[in-house]
Amino acid sequence: MTSREARLTRQHAFEPVKTPSLGAAVWQIVRKDWTVEARSREIAYTTLFFAVSCLLVFAFAIVRDGRAPEGAGEGILWATLTFAGTLALGRTFERERQAETLRALLLAPVPRAAVYLGKLVGVVSLLLALELILAPLVTLLFAAPLLSRPIWLLAILLTGTLGFAAVGTLSAAMLVRARSRDVLLPVLLYPVVVPVLIAGVRGTSAIIAPEFDAAVARFWLALLLAFDAVFVTLALWTFELVMAE
Amino acid sequence: MTPQSTAHVASQDFDVVTAREVSRAFGRRRALNKVSFSAAAGAIVGVLGPNGAGKSTLLGVLSTLLRPTSGSVSYGGADATPAALRSRIGVLGHDLFLYPELTARENLQFFAGLYGVADAAARVAAALQTAGLDARADDLTSAYSRGMRQRVALERALIHSPRLLLLDEPFTGLDDASAAALVERLRGLRTEGRIVILATHDLDLADGLLDQALFLRDGRVLHTATHPERLRATYQGVVGR
Repeated sequence: MTSREARLTRQHAFEPVKTPSLGAAVWQIVRKDWTVEARSREIAYTTLFFAVSCLLVFAFAIVRDGRAPEGAGEGILWATLTFAGTLALGRTFERERQAETLRALLLAPVPRAAVYLGKLVGVVSLLLALELILAPLVTLLFAAPLLSRPIWLLAILLTGTLGFAAVGTLSAAMLVRARSRDVLLPVLLYPVVVPVLIAGVRGTSAIIAPEFDAAVARFWLALLLAFDAVFVTLALWTFELVMAE
Repeated sequence: MTPQSTAHVASQDFDVVTAREVSRAFGRRRALNKVSFSAAAGAIVGVLGPNGAGKSTLLGVLSTLLRPTSGSVSYGGADATPAALRSRIGVLGHDLFLYPELTARENLQFFAGLYGVADAAARVAAALQTAGLDARADDLTSAYSRGMRQRVALERALIHSPRLLLLDEPFTGLDDASAAALVERLRGLRTEGRIVILATHDLDLADGLLDQALFLRDGRVLHTATHPERLRATYQGVVGR
């Protein structure tokens, strides 16, 4: 280094930098995603329209004389959530890819896990808002008493949605640079989330059964919690590798 | 609610960036081939070459976004984690890394938060003033011209006061006045002791600005010049097209 450069370096010794904590970085990303979505409403409107369309198609197909087959409501709820959730997952990362802002997120001095968790919280919050609309609609269209035990329903929906979104967020991130990502996302996602769908449907069946069996409901809830723990941990562990260019 | 807690203090500053025999391959294609150079604080280094020469790949490696296939990059010998290093690096890409649904102020505030900038509101206000956009700070960036977005993007790259600034084609889409203002800004950054590395095709604007020029073709450094003059003639002589 020349004496001129040494002088410059001394003159402009840069102050120590404090990088944000994981929680602060996650909150920044979530708040940004909520603001972007509040402005564009792109994911919310498309997902809601698609989900309601799905429910109506199912209702026209299987409801006869105002009566749906027994046990249809909970299956249709989870199938609709899966289809609509896939749509939301694809758009979440597509939005970051369009302006290459994903690279800006990866260049920030925060753990890569913060990007994953920020996106995960964004997707889960969107799907939970969607479920607030879908659950009463399913109750109405398919005569499924989903709202009879609201705390249990909330627990099953929350854990099931988290498991679905945990796998889905990682899958969408893996495919963000793939040319056929829209086609590949369901192909990659659905086989892995089959346990979530089974546990979600069976757990929901258990809580709306005329004779409520808390032990059965707890079993399916525990299965969902175990799935969540395994896949969130796995995603946090692998996200850095998935994002490597 | 805005959590203000901070987890890690990255105190390691650096005053020189050194690439040693850096190679980077994408599949069977080698984008960089044993590139070596050094850039010190208070210098502007130009990376010049035709399309596909490896300029953007070199910036990607220096930014820590791409890992070299072989060779290494050292940042003043500091034994820092990648996250700590990234807090000292600012990048202005060919894509501007701005959210079109956010205003200029919101974009800068978001990145200030991600970089843990202290007194972010004041820093953002100062950045908007420097960019000459304080009057339109609360407009969505999607309503800006390319030149205005470029100015916001430069302030975004500088919001955390990085030591190393990497610029990929920073003159693209700028009119003459904006390009001249950017040249003056880069000179100012040099006197602040930053290391500025820019990849550009615009030899006329780079002429007289650079302290060092790397001429790249097919991933190789063909020639290195210190305080280069008559850049276009040198470029044509070395790169040949």
